[in-house]
Amino acid sequence: MTAPEQIRNFSIIAHIDHGKSTIADRLIQMCGGLSEREMTEQVLDNMDIERERGITIKAQTVRLDYTAKDGKAYVLNLMDTPGHVDFGYEVSRSLSACEGSLLIVDASQGVEAQTLANVYQAIEANHEIVPVLNKIDLPAAEPDRIKTQIEEVIGLPADDAIAASAKTGAGMAEILEALVTQLPAPIGDREAPLKALLVDSWYDAYLGVMTLVRVRDGVLRKGMKIRMMGTGATHVIERVGVFSPKPTPVDELGPGEIGFINAGVKTVSDAKVGDTITEERRLCDEALPGFAPSVPVVFCGLFPVDTNEFTGLREALEKLSLNDASFSFEAETSAALGFGFRCGFLGLLHMEVIRDRLSREFNLELISTAPSVVYQMHMTDGVRFDLHNPADMPEVTKIAEIEEPWIKATILTPDEYLGPVLTLCTERRGEQVDLTYAGNRAMAVYRLPLNEVVFDFYDRLKSVTKGYASFDYAVDNYRAGDLVKVSILVNGDPVDALSMIVHRDQAEGKGRAICIRLKDLVPRQMFKVALQAAIGGKVIARETIQALRKDVTAKCYGGDISRKKKLLEKQKEGKKKMRQFGKVDIPQNAFFEALKMGDN
Amino acid sequence: MSREDQSLGLYVHWPFCKAKCPYCDFNSHVSSQVDYAAFQTGMLAEMRHLASHLEQPSKLRSIFFGGGTPSLMPPDLIAAILAEAEQIFGFATDIEITAEANPTSVETAKLTGFKSAGVNRVSLGIQALDPAQLHFLGREHSVTEALAALALAQTIFERVSIDLIYGLPGQTPVNWQATLRQLLGLGLDHLSLYQLTIEAGTVFYTRQRQGDVLTGSDDVVAGLFEMTNATMEEAGLAAYEVSNYARDGHECRHNLTYWQAHDWLGIGPGAHSRFDRQGQRVGLATRRSPQSWLEMTALKGHAIETECVETPMGWANEMLMMGLRLKTGIDLNLIEQKCGPRQLWLDQNRLATHFEAGLLQFLEDHNGDRLATTAEGRLLLNSLLADITR
Repeated sequence: MTAPEQIRNFSIIAHIDHGKSTIADRLIQMCGGLSEREMTEQVLDNMDIERERGITIKAQTVRLDYTAKDGKAYVLNLMDTPGHVDFGYEVSRSLSACEGSLLIVDASQGVEAQTLANVYQAIEANHEIVPVLNKIDLPAAEPDRIKTQIEEVIGLPADDAIAASAKTGAGMAEILEALVTQLPAPIGDREAPLKALLVDSWYDAYLGVMTLVRVRDGVLRKGMKIRMMGTGATHVIERVGVFSPKPTPVDELGPGEIGFINAGVKTVSDAKVGDTITEERRLCDEALPGFAPSVPVVFCGLFPVDTNEFTGLREALEKLSLNDASFSFEAETSAALGFGFRCGFLGLLHMEVIRDRLSREFNLELISTAPSVVYQMHMTDGVRFDLHNPADMPEVTKIAEIEEPWIKATILTPDEYLGPVLTLCTERRGEQVDLTYAGNRAMAVYRLPLNEVVFDFYDRLKSVTKGYASFDYAVDNYRAGDLVKVSILVNGDPVDALSMIVHRDQAEGKGRAICIRLKDLVPRQMFKVALQAAIGGKVIARETIQALRKDVTAKCYGGDISRKKKLLEKQKEGKKKMRQFGKVDIPQNAFFEALKMGDN
Repeated sequence: MSREDQSLGLYVHWPFCKAKCPYCDFNSHVSSQVDYAAFQTGMLAEMRHLASHLEQPSKLRSIFFGGGTPSLMPPDLIAAILAEAEQIFGFATDIEITAEANPTSVETAKLTGFKSAGVNRVSLGIQALDPAQLHFLGREHSVTEALAALALAQTIFERVSIDLIYGLPGQTPVNWQATLRQLLGLGLDHLSLYQLTIEAGTVFYTRQRQGDVLTGSDDVVAGLFEMTNATMEEAGLAAYEVSNYARDGHECRHNLTYWQAHDWLGIGPGAHSRFDRQGQRVGLATRRSPQSWLEMTALKGHAIETECVETPMGWANEMLMMGLRLKTGIDLNLIEQKCGPRQLWLDQNRLATHFEAGLLQFLEDHNGDRLATTAEGRLLLNSLLADITR
């Protein structure tokens, strides 16, 4: 156990690609956590896997042993934070376990929107913040300009920002020293009853349910009977350890320390993140504040391409949810797509990550429908409920009011692209909150309906700014909106998976855009196909796919049979990749692609 | 099935051409020196070997010399092959013996020799009657040569067919109909009229991938096809197959062998054989490279490289794929006899859909179990097959 005065707990805040992982690796290496060989073979691999896993980048923690210039030995606990907006929830709990943060900014790129959101969270958590300018070895580095930007955009003094390069090793010693001298030591009473924050929990194939904790008061020991104050469950601690970065057993964890315990917890959901852990025979008086639970805000339908894979998909979703309690799923039936699941996610990236994991780790080929948000429905008979799926929208006459979620979005962009960015926000029903400039970068803050953002807003933003803009958002509030359900009819039959809820003013334009896109996405069939968009019984747009005119092999004699048969099989394979809707074959990607508004 | 219904055909592949046409994906090679004696030995040996694969060799009802350019073969070689074939299999009294020929003066000079060797039908690769179109297609003959060759062939042979290609870029219905009318005026009983198709591995394929437009649009070509059928029908030549037109009784018997799933043997480089054996469908193919084929036949008496036995479903697919090319379609009972109950190989729900949509029909005059495309359905045959087969 280490005395609190010798401990510094810190997070790293950085935009993707600004060098968080490489700086972390360097610091681990300099503190002798691993040999040069282990560095390459172990940590990086481990972190790569974690990084690929995206969401389960469960607050990576590493304990570093560092002897400072004052000659004393310190324990530095690094707690990694996910960099993306969707995981703000995870960021907040990582931050709450630390006293300070390194703010890493690419010296050539500057501050990005996600960095901004996270740094504000750190300031709210009373963190001491140490700014670091990374990649100063790059020819494009402009440390002075970026310093000014940090001061103007974030409002943090940056004169003393450390000039660093994880690549050359420059500034690394200064960072370690700054952590010791600038960050406060944790405070805690070793003699008081145990009070520890359950920062995170996850399932490890070898060690079972791992619980990451930060001790505030008292001591955690092997054999101790603990109580989770929130759930009331009691467990006996089987193992106490720290990440060095390998899981390494220790005898105990005292105030200010960060480590893990294994305590016979069966499932991750039994170890509630944000819960307070105390000792069964000597309870602490008051629980820690904890965290607001994360709530799914984006929903989409996931359907197996091969209908026989439904059970496989269910099993995969169950397995993933073992480690990620933040997404939800329930069975859904679609006339167009068969049996699948309606899944809820924290945000768009979260959705992508889960979809990606389902296909890569479980070899599932999936059709996903366009994402939608959660609408609050107020019915004329006084009933209120949350609507997760546009296909379930009740009859218009029974609806008193529909409320939709709005977000507050922050967009940072080089000022040359500001015009198109503002146009995009206006098109998406945005309301400007703020517009400021720092150097040649502009920061636009907008309130936007999440429904306008959820699908392709980020793609469009990247496209109009050539990838230079960054974007962050937080859910703001619910507001009533003049919303209607637009149904898409193929040869007269509504395709449930393509229905959408939109603002009335945009219904016709969007309905037409979808019909036009579908016309390109659906191949010509052996008959004419009518594509219609309708609100209730009223058709608002119509396109026609002309019948296929010619698909016949001109020459087919004795020597051609085996080859032509292979072509026939290929054509049949292609058909299998389609969903039969009535008589019409619709390619699987159409259910997602058709709703992209793209460049219309 | 009785022996009389069973028909055996022999295909002879001559793999050489004077020049390679940019649209052709057949197994053809350009070679200045060909060892005819070696080919004769090889082909005769391979014919004997293939005959041993059949359960009960029946008499030949057709022989077809294809290529490549079989009109480059010496008449003596053709005579030797025919003599050997007659000795091994015997000839049916009405045997049809066709040779493909290019309408250049050099080759047409040999037509009498072919006739003496036993050939009784020629198929001339005229392809077009327009100098620009002939040039586009990379043909070595002129319009004048083509017409002269046709006239000559008609004096020598009772049965003459010609090949034409349409659907060229910029080709109009007027232009194409003029070509057809000109040729119909010459008293032909059989024509093969092909929509230009870009096949993988050809010069045209490469050019198309580079962005060249080498065919008319699907809509235009579909229009040309319908106009062709009407024009030919009016002249008394029915479209008995997707691309083949004949007066009654003048259909190419050898090609019907393929479409009606009868038995045939193929000799020469890259030739295919297909026949029934013990209730199964067997497919054989020989080596494609002429040199390699020569070496292997010299060594083993044949150059069979692949032998496959079809699954019942694969066989059913094959019979539907070939049979539905014919105006007379295919008898589903026949497929059932060979491949088992139709629900195994036919999606009857989809069939019903296309029946209602008027793309497929059951022919009344054949006990109602003979499935055929309608005029509209024939242009969509590949899509139909992909939909109704399992």
